Amino acid sequence: MIVCKSSAELDMMHRAGLIVWDVLNELRQAVRPGVTTMDLEKLAAQRTAEHGVRPAFKGYRGYPCVLCASVNQEIVHGIPKASRRLKEGDIISLDFGVECNGYFGDAAVTVPVGKIRPEAEKLLRVTRESLDRAIEMVRPGNRLGDVSAAVQQWVEKNGFSVVREFVGHGIGTKMHEEPNVPNYGEAGRGPKLEEGMVFAIEPMVNVGGPEVKVLEDHWTAVTTDGSVSAHFEHTVAATADGPWILTRPREIAGASW
Amino acid sequence: MAKHRARPEKKKTDTGGSKEDAIEVMATVLEPLPNAMFRVELENKHQVLAHISGKMRKNFIRILAGDRVSVELSPYDLTRGRIVYRFK
Repeated sequence: MIVCKSSAELDMMHRAGLIVWDVLNELRQAVRPGVTTMDLEKLAAQRTAEHGVRPAFKGYRGYPCVLCASVNQEIVHGIPKASRRLKEGDIISLDFGVECNGYFGDAAVTVPVGKIRPEAEKLLRVTRESLDRAIEMVRPGNRLGDVSAAVQQWVEKNGFSVVREFVGHGIGTKMHEEPNVPNYGEAGRGPKLEEGMVFAIEPMVNVGGPEVKVLEDHWTAVTTDGSVSAHFEHTVAATADGPWILTRPREIAGASW
Repeated sequence: MAKHRARPEKKKTDTGGSKEDAIEVMATVLEPLPNAMFRVELENKHQVLAHISGKMRKNFIRILAGDRVSVELSPYDLTRGRIVYRFK
């Protein structure tokens, strides 16, 4: 069952989302060569505490940190480490979420470290654009397959591949709610979207093949062929006025990240 | 945080009368109960509630108190079983 949220509930989720936006923006400005992923984790933890909210990831199925920091061939769920130092040319996915008064916000952005290769630049652009296109489809009356197909078509048209094993998700009073939001699918299929449904849409895109393996830490997902991977995410509500990106201020329009 | 989707499990293609992972034991029927259930006593003297397997029901294998039967037990719930064979 997909839970539809009332407009009051959406406002609560927006509050959580704005905190996520704030923290992610600060994190992405802190990304530069020489910084370790643990430095970013500490900054995220500190800001979460200052906002007086609970980090959504820490303790979730035993995840040890408040932030997921996934570098280069790491797709998602990279655990921050003091030994992981960023260097010029890396790309890093920052995935972060909070719970505020019982409601969740979840978002992610992949940022370049210094100057990156043109191929990586294209990967970031295409992945972000696929999220833009998916968000555009989040309207009452559309189907979930329209959202998934929007990502897949744009990504594959540009010669990259979509990760199958990890998916976006419904979100609300739990971080992972029904339904699964895969980044591949057929337009016109799946449940019909209704006003008040909220999804965390998160394309995960690889330069090489779509295959994934999870490292011995049981979290870090990497590409099997070692190619680089990008990940963008927003929490998006379907409203009568169209898609509402809950994880950024309402004044901001245009591209998702 | 992306949701890790569980890999789809392979469909079990079970053709025999016995379902997978069951423990098969000998038993004696104590009393018939409604709905094709029976109280049976296992060889280790445990009493369990057993129903009759679909295949036996289809073929009208009748079971009376005192019959020797073969019972399958699920490893998850040892208080219930399934009668899969009646000995002559």
